[in-house]
Formats: sequence, structure tokens, C-alpha cells
Amino acid sequence: MSTAARPAPNGLRPYAAWIAFAVVLAVLPHVFRSSLALSMLTQMGYLVIICLSYNILLGQGGMLSFGHAVYSGLGSFIAVHAMNVAAKGQVPLPLVTIPLIGGFAGMFFAALFGYVTTKKSGTTFAMITLGIGELVAAMSGMFPGFFGGEGGVTTNRVYGKPLLGLTFGPQIQVYYLVATYCFVSTALMFALTKTPLGRMLNAVRDNPERVEFIGYNTQRVRYLGFIISGFFAGIGGALATINFEIVNASDALSALRSGGYLLFTVLGGATFFFGPMIGAVLLVLASVLLSEVTKAWLLYFGLVFLFMVMYAPGGIASLVMMNVRVAKFGRFARLLRPYAGLLLAGLLVVAGASALIEMIYHIQLNAGTGSQFRFVGVSLDTENHMSWLVSAAVLAVGLVGLEFARRAFIRVWSRAQEEIEAEIKQREPA
Amino acid sequence: MTHPTYALELRKLYKRFGKTEIIRGTELAVAPGERVAIIGPNGAGKSTLFNLISGRFGPSSGEILLNGQRIDGLTPFKINRLGLARSFQITNIFGHLSVFENLRCGVLWSLGYKYAFWKFLADLKDANERSEALLQMIKLDRKRDTLAMNLTYAEQRALEIGITIAGGADVVLLDEPTAGMSKSETARFVELIREVTVGKTLLTVEHDMGVVFGLADKIAVLVYGEVIAFDVPEKVRGNPRVQEAYLGSALADAQVAAASHGH
Repeated sequence: MSTAARPAPNGLRPYAAWIAFAVVLAVLPHVFRSSLALSMLTQMGYLVIICLSYNILLGQGGMLSFGHAVYSGLGSFIAVHAMNVAAKGQVPLPLVTIPLIGGFAGMFFAALFGYVTTKKSGTTFAMITLGIGELVAAMSGMFPGFFGGEGGVTTNRVYGKPLLGLTFGPQIQVYYLVATYCFVSTALMFALTKTPLGRMLNAVRDNPERVEFIGYNTQRVRYLGFIISGFFAGIGGALATINFEIVNASDALSALRSGGYLLFTVLGGATFFFGPMIGAVLLVLASVLLSEVTKAWLLYFGLVFLFMVMYAPGGIASLVMMNVRVAKFGRFARLLRPYAGLLLAGLLVVAGASALIEMIYHIQLNAGTGSQFRFVGVSLDTENHMSWLVSAAVLAVGLVGLEFARRAFIRVWSRAQEEIEAEIKQREPA
Repeated sequence: MTHPTYALELRKLYKRFGKTEIIRGTELAVAPGERVAIIGPNGAGKSTLFNLISGRFGPSSGEILLNGQRIDGLTPFKINRLGLARSFQITNIFGHLSVFENLRCGVLWSLGYKYAFWKFLADLKDANERSEALLQMIKLDRKRDTLAMNLTYAEQRALEIGITIAGGADVVLLDEPTAGMSKSETARFVELIREVTVGKTLLTVEHDMGVVFGLADKIAVLVYGEVIAFDVPEKVRGNPRVQEAYLGSALADAQVAAASHGH
């Protein structure tokens, strides 16, 4: 039987990745200790949940949603009101249960709106989610009592009796609350991919028509996947509320936010389970750190996204997995030099291009502050020809170098791939 | 022969697309365990007939009965749950799933797992054993973990049949199962289809007369949406109406093919 060919469960080994994940979650705040780092780690924690929940739709079910912020956002709003009600002491709702309240809220609205959206698939589905996203965003303006108008709804996460000595006032306690939910949600969403419903979601993604002819109602499969996705999105939204103690409809329910989930899930890699987790980390790094360094961060992000979709549509996760495969066959060492070449040339391109972009931005936006400014430690002057010339020269040298490095890399890479293919053929039983 | 109920019965079936009538009063009664090949010139409505039976389209009028139960107008998945499965002329598989996963998807509903998200696939002993058995049956056990999109064409056709029979339906519709295959592949494939459909009621649409005679107990001739003959192959061949309808077209080809097949 070929079942015997599968590796037998071997102690803790099957759980190695999960143990590592738990350890990383536990240790991270002790490695990055600044309050900025802690705030970013907290954001990463719930964005991992939201991006993974988005990928139940996109990567696993083939549903391109433009309105995922509806479910995380409504989860946030229900959570903020639940917290305010609980703070008055009317209902006993400890803070640790608030994410579940948000989760059920997300689930409820996913069940409500999903009933309409999941009737269709493909482009029609995408259009309807866009419509519902706009509908809910517009409605938030009509009900200021619930959505708080322009100022949003505020809350205080410290209420009621401390639970096991935890008040959840200090950021570190909030981080661990988020980390716990992140770990459990990730595990549950991974488990979903190993169940009949999870597999049929994949089947619906690949070929909805055929699914109808093997006994499954494709609409029901999509609908159930959508509801589960909404549940986890709601948990993520509630955790965001606990973190910031404010929810603002113009942010939490915006199309921009839905777009962010979509873009970073794709950037991280929708075809692998862990891809969206990478995307969530990058989302925080880009929106918090990169936006500090430069005003043009959205432009840079757009360029990165463009090149990613063109050259590595499987996202960062697929790039990682391709290299892991090469490493498994013991052929990674020879890639180091070509990679170094790519990195060096790539850095030159980035340096040259970003210097030019920053100078153009400076002329457009900050001309009043003088022609000189500093950008990541380098002084640039928009009225000095040398600044322009040197930047352009660096960019040009980088581009030429990149082309050479690219060709060298492809040579080595494709030879390694051919060898691996040959080795696989040899291993196959005759 | 007396049959209390037919496995599949078509009564005065009509299908119109706009003003065009594709299926015009088709009548057919297939006994359990019979193997029927549906032949006919291009545009006779063979594929449309399969689409009506399997629920892809609803008929304009008339009745379709599966084991005596009305199924016309039901959705494909409801018809499938009642025990009718079909394959497709253009390969219709789950490209990004492995061969094994493709088969397991085909198995799940029939074993009652439905939309379960509280059970692990790995623990479903019956589903996994049945999927492994199917792998052996369609002779793709060596490709168990290959993504379906990376299979050769002939292997994909075999997988197409595998998914079709996976749910254990007792009425199986195969739409040109050997389309696009070479002669030697076809011969092997006909053998495979025979093996995996033992004891089932089989309907095939075929152009290749070699396949028709290899697989079918009876032949139904469909011309302009009507069954003009339904009998054992020898009698169909001698039927004057069939010869008339086919004159200078498919039957001529068919007879040439049959003649060359006979040698």
C-alpha cells in the first residue's frame, strides 16, 4: 500500500513548525523591546489572523473579495460597543472574550452578506463584494450613533476585575492576548485546510463546474468558507480595537483597508498557507516603518507589487519554497554567488531610483523647506546637478549590473532545476 | 426481458435553445447493467442529451427518470447524489490538486462527509482506502502525489474517469472518453473503462466505432434530436432508417471504421 510510503508520525516532529511558531510569538517582545516594536508586533499579530482569513477566500476558495474590511471592521465596531457595555458593568464580558464577540459579529455579517455574494463566483463575486464594501462604508456615515461619525468610537480596555492579575493596561499584556489568539486562530485555519470542507473549497477554486457533478453544491461550499473567513476576520478586527481603543469607520471599513488585505496577501503568497502571514508582517513594516522613512512609500509599495505580480505571481512564499526545494536537493550553495550579484545590483538600482524619486517628491511637496534634504543618511540637493547626475548614474550602473546578474542567475538556476528534475526521475520506481 | 424499472428512462424529451430545437421528442429506456453507446452525426444533440440527463441544463419539456424517479430539472449535484455520474469530453479535473486528492474529492459526498469541517481528511479511513483503490483501478498509483495539471493527456483522461466513478454511482455517462487519444492508447483505455464500470449502467457518446463495439451491448442512434434506432449493434447496422439518415455521412465512416476494425 502506498499509504505506508508516508512518513509515520515521529514524536513531536510533525509539530516542530507549531512549537517554533509559539516560541517565536513568546520571545519576540523580549528581542524587540521598544514601545514602537511592541506596538508593531501587536499589529502584526492580528493582521496575520485577518490576512489568513482573507486567504481562505482568495487562495483556498478562489474568491477575489474587494470587501474584506467589512468583516474585520464590523467585528471592530461590535467589539468596541461590547467593551463599552461591559465597562458599565451591565454584562459580565471579560476582555479576553471580546475577540470572540468580534468573531461572532464577523461571522454573522458574513452569513448575511455572503448569502448574496457567494451565489456568484469569479468577476461577479468580486464586483458584489466591492459593492457591499462601499454600501457598508456609506452606511457608516448614516448611523453616527453606532459608527461614531468622523471621530469614531472610543473605549477603554481596562475595565472590570483583573483576570489572574492581568489588567490588559500595559501593551505587553495586550501583545500576549493578541499572540494567543493569533496562534490558536492560525492553528484552526490550518486545520480547516485538512478537512473535507477545506478540500472542497480547493476543488471549487480549481473547477467549480466539476464540483457540481460530484455531489457538492458549490454555492454552499463557498458560503460556508465565507462565513468561516468572516469569523476570523472579526476576531482580528476586535483585537485591533483592543489594541488602539478606538475604531474609525473611515479607516476600519474603507476600501483602502480591503485593498491592503488583498495586496499584502498576494504579496506574501496566496498559494501557500503561510504566505499571508509574511504579507501581514510586511503590511505593518511598510505602513509603519517605510512611511516614516519616506512620503513616497505607497509608490515604492506599488512598484514592488507590480514586479512581484509580473515575475513571481506566487508571492514571497513561492520564492521561499522554490529555494527550499533547491536546498533540499543540496544545490543551494551554488546560488549564493548569483544571489549576491543580484542583491548588489538590486541595491544600486534601489538607491539610484529612490534618490531620484525622493528628489522629485521634494520638489513637489517640500520645496518651501529649501532645496537640500537628507534621505536615509544621504544629503541630496535638488538644485545641484551632481545630485541628479550621480543618482542617475547609480541607477544606470545598477540596471546594467542587474541585467548581467539576472542572466548569470538564470543560467545557474535553470541548471540546478534540470539536475533536480533528473534526480527526481531517477528516484521514481521503474 | 422484464424490468420493473429502468435504470434510466427518457420520455418525450425536448430541448430548445431560442427557436432552435436540439432535442426533439427523444425516447430511450436503458435497463440496469446495460451498456449503451449513443452515436449520431455531428449536431445530432448527443452532448446536449448528456447535459440534460446530468442536469447541466433543464429540459424544455418531457421527463427523465433515474431508477424510476423523476430527475429532470434537478441540479447536477442532486442528480449525482441520486446515483448518476458523468465525465466530460473536455477534461474537467482539479488541476492544482494531486491525483489522490482529485479522487478523494469524488469520494467524499458518497461516504456522507458532506461539508464537514470538524473531521480531518487523514482520519477518514473509508474515504482514503477507497481513493487508494481507485488509484490502482485507473492505474495512476505511481502518480499519486502529482498535481493533476502535470499529468499527460492520457493520464488526465483516466483521472477524469476515476473522478466520475469515485462516488460509486450506478449509472455512468461518459462523453467521448477516448477523444484525442492515439489508437494504441484508445485500445488500452477501452479495456480500462470496461474494468472500472463492471456491473454499472453505462452510456457513452462516441465517434470511434472501435470503441462503440468494444464497449456497448446496445447502440442508440440519435439524428436531429430523435432516437431513430435502439438495438444490438448488428440490427442497428442493418436498419434501413439508420442507413438512410446516415447516408454519405457518419454511418459510411462508421462502416468503414467498423470494417477495418473487423480485420
